Amino acid sequence: MNCTKCKTKAVIGLPRHNAAFCKGCFNGFVHDQVARAIKSEKMCGKEDRILVAVSGGKDSLALWDILLKLGYRADGLYVNLGIGTYSEQSHAKVTKFAEAVAASHGATLHLHTVEQEAGAGIKELAQLIHRPTCSTCGTIKRYQFNRVAIEQHYDVMATGHNLDDEAARLLGNVLHWQEEYLDKQGPSLPASVEGFAKKVKPLYRLSERELAAYAVLNRIDYIVEECPMAKGSKMLQYKEVLNRLETESPGTKQMFYWGFLEKQSKKQPTASTMTEKDLSVLHPCTSCSQPTTAVVCSYCKMMARAKTVVPR
Amino acid sequence: MQVQLSHPARTVEVKGPKKVKDLLRELNLVVEAHLVIKGDDLVTEDEMLYDVDQIEVRPVISGGNQAEVEARPSKNLRLTHPQPEPKPAFT
Repeated sequence: MNCTKCKTKAVIGLPRHNAAFCKGCFNGFVHDQVARAIKSEKMCGKEDRILVAVSGGKDSLALWDILLKLGYRADGLYVNLGIGTYSEQSHAKVTKFAEAVAASHGATLHLHTVEQEAGAGIKELAQLIHRPTCSTCGTIKRYQFNRVAIEQHYDVMATGHNLDDEAARLLGNVLHWQEEYLDKQGPSLPASVEGFAKKVKPLYRLSERELAAYAVLNRIDYIVEECPMAKGSKMLQYKEVLNRLETESPGTKQMFYWGFLEKQSKKQPTASTMTEKDLSVLHPCTSCSQPTTAVVCSYCKMMARAKTVVPR
Repeated sequence: MQVQLSHPARTVEVKGPKKVKDLLRELNLVVEAHLVIKGDDLVTEDEMLYDVDQIEVRPVISGGNQAEVEARPSKNLRLTHPQPEPKPAFT
């Protein structure tokens, strides 16, 4: 199989694009897809300060790498969840990347450790509040990511969500008819109210396989092991189903998610109407001041409960 | 050839020569969810693999923290809705 562009030996075939690329042309393809996503969704400019959520996995480290190579001012934030050796290994991967790659671009790494604040790791916290671990993890990461972005005055927060993540999430929401979530499934969400940072997903045009290939080809040392808490999760099942469809019918995932975005764009509320909607229901948490619909936000409730139960 | 697999980590012996796509089919693995690495190099589905090759079949799928389709909040702790974003911040 030869590269579609330069005709040398290809290292990866991309059936959904009816193409194959050598390493150089593939890197160009990946960078072009991200640049296209940023431009078309008006995610950020070269002068903006970006906070990238990094987990030690392929997507977030690839995103940080790509943004820096495209000339963006991007720092990282790692949240150590306290999941035994898994967190130790992922922390080490992030630190290694920050020192070996990001530092040479003048970028820095922020760190938040769940155990230091809560006195317990994510698994214990989840048991304490009787919620699935993945759900508790989401609450903590969203909160800390937004907090650091606001406190450190970043213009935009970027996450490594890719095409597979978004297609699987869309499938899950449609299967459960959770229509209330669909409005916010776009790749760029405005800073709708005071206390919310703008959020973007620059990798939404790239598949998980393409991002893993980018990491391998560019010697990005990421954690290959799956999070032990994610085993058997519904998202993994949705991804498996979508990948079987994709293998039989290349382009299925992008048709599903990009098609959704296209339909949404025709009826999507503008940034101002989304802001109006958020303003009508959100107000500052009485404990931490982050926007919430309740008196005290879910994160503060969780931490308050942790502090009453976990011995310090 | 020696083929290294993950989740769980293990090594299996597969008889070559064999094309990458045939190796994946024999292992009952979906192309879209895996990369095949020969030595340090990525290889395409039409590449021929031989008995002397060291092969890694690496899964590419990750992620489980999708709160909005995992479960509803328990009675003990009502989450405030909408959250800052219904999608977790990391992948």
